Amino acid sequence: MEPFIKIKSIATPLNKVNVDTDQIIPKQFLKLVQKTGFGKYLFYDWRYEKDGTIKKDFVLNEPRYKDSKILLARDNFGCGSSREHAAWALLDFGFRAVLSTSFADIFYNNCFKNGILPIKLSEQVLQKLFESRSDIEIDLEKQTITNDDAIIFFDIESHWKRILLEGLDDIAVTLQYDNAISKYENTQRSSSLRVS
Amino acid sequence: MAKTLFEKIWDSHVVEEGNGRSLLYIDRHLVHEVTSPQAFDGLRMNKRNIRRTDLTFATMDHNVPTSDRSLPILDQTSEVQIKTLERNCKEFGVKLFDINSPDQGIVHVIGPELGITLPGTTIVCGDSHTSTHGAFGAFAFGIGTSDVEHVLATQCIWMEKPRTFEIRVEGKRKNIHAITAKDIILSIIRKIGTAGGTGTTFEYRGETISELSMEQRMTICNMSIEGGARAGLIAPDEKTFDYLRGRRYVPKNYEKLVEYWRENLKTDSNARFDKSFTLHVDTIAPQVSWGTNPAMTVDVTGKVPFPEEYAKGNTEEEKAATKALQYMGLKSGTLITDIEIDRVFIGSCTNSRLEDLTEAARAVKGKKVSSKVRAMIVPGSQHVKKQAEELGLDGIFKDAGFEWRESGCSMCLGMNPDILSAGERCASTSNRNFEGRQGSGGRTHLVSPVMAAVAAIQGHFVDVRDLDLN
Repeated sequence: MEPFIKIKSIATPLNKVNVDTDQIIPKQFLKLVQKTGFGKYLFYDWRYEKDGTIKKDFVLNEPRYKDSKILLARDNFGCGSSREHAAWALLDFGFRAVLSTSFADIFYNNCFKNGILPIKLSEQVLQKLFESRSDIEIDLEKQTITNDDAIIFFDIESHWKRILLEGLDDIAVTLQYDNAISKYENTQRSSSLRVS
Repeated sequence: MAKTLFEKIWDSHVVEEGNGRSLLYIDRHLVHEVTSPQAFDGLRMNKRNIRRTDLTFATMDHNVPTSDRSLPILDQTSEVQIKTLERNCKEFGVKLFDINSPDQGIVHVIGPELGITLPGTTIVCGDSHTSTHGAFGAFAFGIGTSDVEHVLATQCIWMEKPRTFEIRVEGKRKNIHAITAKDIILSIIRKIGTAGGTGTTFEYRGETISELSMEQRMTICNMSIEGGARAGLIAPDEKTFDYLRGRRYVPKNYEKLVEYWRENLKTDSNARFDKSFTLHVDTIAPQVSWGTNPAMTVDVTGKVPFPEEYAKGNTEEEKAATKALQYMGLKSGTLITDIEIDRVFIGSCTNSRLEDLTEAARAVKGKKVSSKVRAMIVPGSQHVKKQAEELGLDGIFKDAGFEWRESGCSMCLGMNPDILSAGERCASTSNRNFEGRQGSGGRTHLVSPVMAAVAAIQGHFVDVRDLDLN
């Protein structure tokens, strides 16, 4: 996983509440058996007309956001299906951070697992970012979001901060607890109430 | 200290704690073809094995055609995914109920059916509707593909402990055939919103919940995720134990487990929940969704709302409602019963079990599907299909003009050929009315099986309380 240290770019404002993962990546694109190549299908039904031409009025299609690494979103972003393809599509498209007031639980988790930083902000702070046109810099080590107007501090769980900063393999980290897992299993095995 | 049921299950599965998170042991891992290929690839790339193949079960449900199974699969990408799961299960030694197995079905239907689902256990699957298994008093939740790989490799998962949310359901339904579990859960989501349960686990309790059958409880727990909660559970009781007794994968020490579960798997009387909500069912009506998320729902006796009326001052919600109406092709003020439909889908992990089909058949018997409507029944599993056929339900449906199909997720998410065309309007017993969910441009109205069945016959929504359903 590519480490996340510092990024700077214009932020793409997606001004819509309750964006579900069916919108982020529609089901017809879930049939791929690899993790790459989903970017071209991101927000497919919002980005393209039926005949495959680009919908000019959809924000992701505006030329100024072409190289954006940061997505501004609204309440309950990523709700619905657990499909991690949503995170893969955002990453493949170029997004490394999503800023919102709230995220659905599974999507939130899926972001970290793929090196995307989801940041929860207050309504007021987020609104200011929606209204600003300047580039945004996100510094994970310092936990700051900086633009022309302000420096904003954000919270992140220490575990996820480390995973992202170092680009760690989550499973390798857990396997360091192998003894504890075996101990749990042995206790189960010797129990008359064993279910696992 | 007094604990809730969820806290008891959580505490008994903690392997390690640190940084505000817990490493939880997973008792059952269910795998399907769509969210697993990249996980198996990850194992291969890192030369890792599956820690507990004996706790891992796979089936194919999302992609499979529901037409004649003896014919080849026409969609090549679907076939690749199905073959990939076969290959992965063989290579890693995972028990697979494949497309031709008599046990094949929607993963959340076959788990309980085969006795894989057990009270007091932790269950995960790369599917958000894993919450279904909570009906048995399990802590069951959906995970992404990276976590599928993580559980395959370690049999554990890191998690922050969710807060507890009590959902009390009280009162007596006046007409149990007309007011169903689906109407109860839609009423709950409508009140608390699609993010109302974010970061929490629901525990459904109260007299109405106790009276529900296991299959009805599954319908309720299934849609917990639609209220934002990753999991929802119900304390097990004699109905739970009777349902599971004798099923194939229940452990040999089952009766001993039942004794223990009976005493321990319940919320202590003085335990505290972080949040609480109560629904009284005495007065609820059959529910019909009008918009593009499950909270956008009204009574069948109601009207398509005006965005400002729905949003109650929230400008973002008002905008969303305006867009939803536009997508759905509906005008505010239209009576729900005046909405005409083109398609009917009875199926999905929410409503595809024997009881769902029996309730639908009761309303269909001797009648004909409207000439304007194409209607299909997709049983949740091969076992459900067989049982329904033994009861002659297939005949009732086929005589009425319904298509009677093979088991799978089908038009709930339209990954197989069962999809809506743009603009088509569907009465669906599934769980999500998101834009394009059942097909690009398709319009979904979430309803109960009996509401869907009657809509198929009449060609529009009907208040099923007005019919004789006994």
